[in-house]
Amino acid sequence: MRTLRGRVAVVGIGETAYYKRGESPDAEFKLALKAILAACSDAGIAPEAIDGFASYSNDRSDPSRLAAALGCRELRFANMQWGGGGGGGSAAVGNGAAAVATGMAECVVVFRSLAQGQFGRFGQGPRRNVIQGDGAHTVPYGLMSPAQMFAMKVQRFMFDHQVVQSALRSISLASYHHAQNNPRAVMYGRPLDERTYEDSRWIVEPFHLYDCCQENDGAAAMIIVPAERAGDFAQPPAYLLSAVAGSHYRAGASVHNTPDYATSTFKTLAPRLYEMAGVSPGDVNVLQSYENFTGGVMMSIVEHGFCEPDACNEFFVKERFLAPDGELPLNTSGGNLAECYMHGLGLNIEAVRQIRGQSTNQVAGAQVSMVISGPMVTPVSASIFGAEGVL
Amino acid sequence: MNYLNTGLPAPIPAGDGLDKPFWEGLQKELLLLQRCSVCTGWQWGPEWSCHRCHSFELRYEEVSPVGVIFSYERVWHPVHPALKEQGPYLIVLVVLPQAGEVRMVGNLLGDPRQEVPIGAEVRGVFEHHNDTEPAFTLLHWELSNSAT
Repeated sequence: MRTLRGRVAVVGIGETAYYKRGESPDAEFKLALKAILAACSDAGIAPEAIDGFASYSNDRSDPSRLAAALGCRELRFANMQWGGGGGGGSAAVGNGAAAVATGMAECVVVFRSLAQGQFGRFGQGPRRNVIQGDGAHTVPYGLMSPAQMFAMKVQRFMFDHQVVQSALRSISLASYHHAQNNPRAVMYGRPLDERTYEDSRWIVEPFHLYDCCQENDGAAAMIIVPAERAGDFAQPPAYLLSAVAGSHYRAGASVHNTPDYATSTFKTLAPRLYEMAGVSPGDVNVLQSYENFTGGVMMSIVEHGFCEPDACNEFFVKERFLAPDGELPLNTSGGNLAECYMHGLGLNIEAVRQIRGQSTNQVAGAQVSMVISGPMVTPVSASIFGAEGVL
Repeated sequence: MNYLNTGLPAPIPAGDGLDKPFWEGLQKELLLLQRCSVCTGWQWGPEWSCHRCHSFELRYEEVSPVGVIFSYERVWHPVHPALKEQGPYLIVLVVLPQAGEVRMVGNLLGDPRQEVPIGAEVRGVFEHHNDTEPAFTLLHWELSNSAT
């Protein structure tokens, strides 16, 4: 059978300090180098041994320049997931894993680096006099930011299933709760309560300020090696059980014309994700689900089979999502809302940390650790990591 | 008076000409959308081939500018300098049953704080920007049961 299950392992993870956007003292490329070197140090691997790079969302830190800077003995794999922004996070992991599993490379680093002060911001409209193409059909009507692109989907989902605002709020509260135990988190020391959430300004209905991710500077990296070598390094390995990417029929139909509209884009992916991993939703011990906006998390959790769409108001309560004892611990680092928006790769790193037993919000004995990357875009992706015991 | 403050990017036809008839149509107060000459299916947004039968024989056909609100959003936070003093505004996603259920994005005219009924019928309102360079026309929507 063709599968990635158990074929590769993550043996190193690394992050820079995380900053608010524009506040990194380091250039973007230097951030990438720092994260990769931190991952090498974590694993006990010489940087020279890296022979592949995988990233997403048109990361600007070019693999050949990285290999030259790091003195890599040889470059065998230089991969970019095409499209979907943060929806490429788990796809990049899957691409790197596929290269290692098939012998194309021996030691691949998956990374993402961002310095929005050095380059442009995500959350702003275009500054030009004219616009053409897809944008011409939306921007002149004031629809131009990610929040505005996705609020329309979430609004329709909430209408179809009579979802109330407290469901979205529970996701935000859980992320902020976990960030208070995580000194790396940008929102460490800045707790959020229900009142503050409700009193916060609307960005675009149904998203309050706290339903929206941060914009940050920093870099993150993880190192993938063949499963046969997984025991040779300093840390306990986190095996990849599954990685999938893609989208449904005509998800990319422009001007909001995808036939299945009010979706996180995971309906066709989730069955493949579970099938490759050989697990079901009930086996998942801890979940990291990409929060560009809380509404996307809600639809992601529904489409991965944790909750029926018409039961969101009962299911989405903060307590369910809190480590260590909640039924479905969610975004245990603080995630994109409260730890750092490292374009979602921080979620994959937290998933690995849970398998190792090293999270600041550890779920006791976590064996199956899942990541959902970048809802509502196309393509999206997802991955599941497992401890040695589940192989 | 225009619905949104002036200063947002002006729409121009795509450089490859794909949606040029659409934009020229709006200036003449005609809604022209893509329809396949072979399988007669409607298609929007614009593309070079029919996604059903793969024919390249797509023409732009006139459609009555009436539809139904499929979803909406009320925007509060301005992400463009032109909208800084705008205050809240409404964007609607309108489905056109008479054109194969294709959807279009536009603004919903009237009180920006009004309750927006998903499923309500709307009719198109052409908003001409003739004093700008280049000139262009937008297609907005208003509730069909509102006073004209």
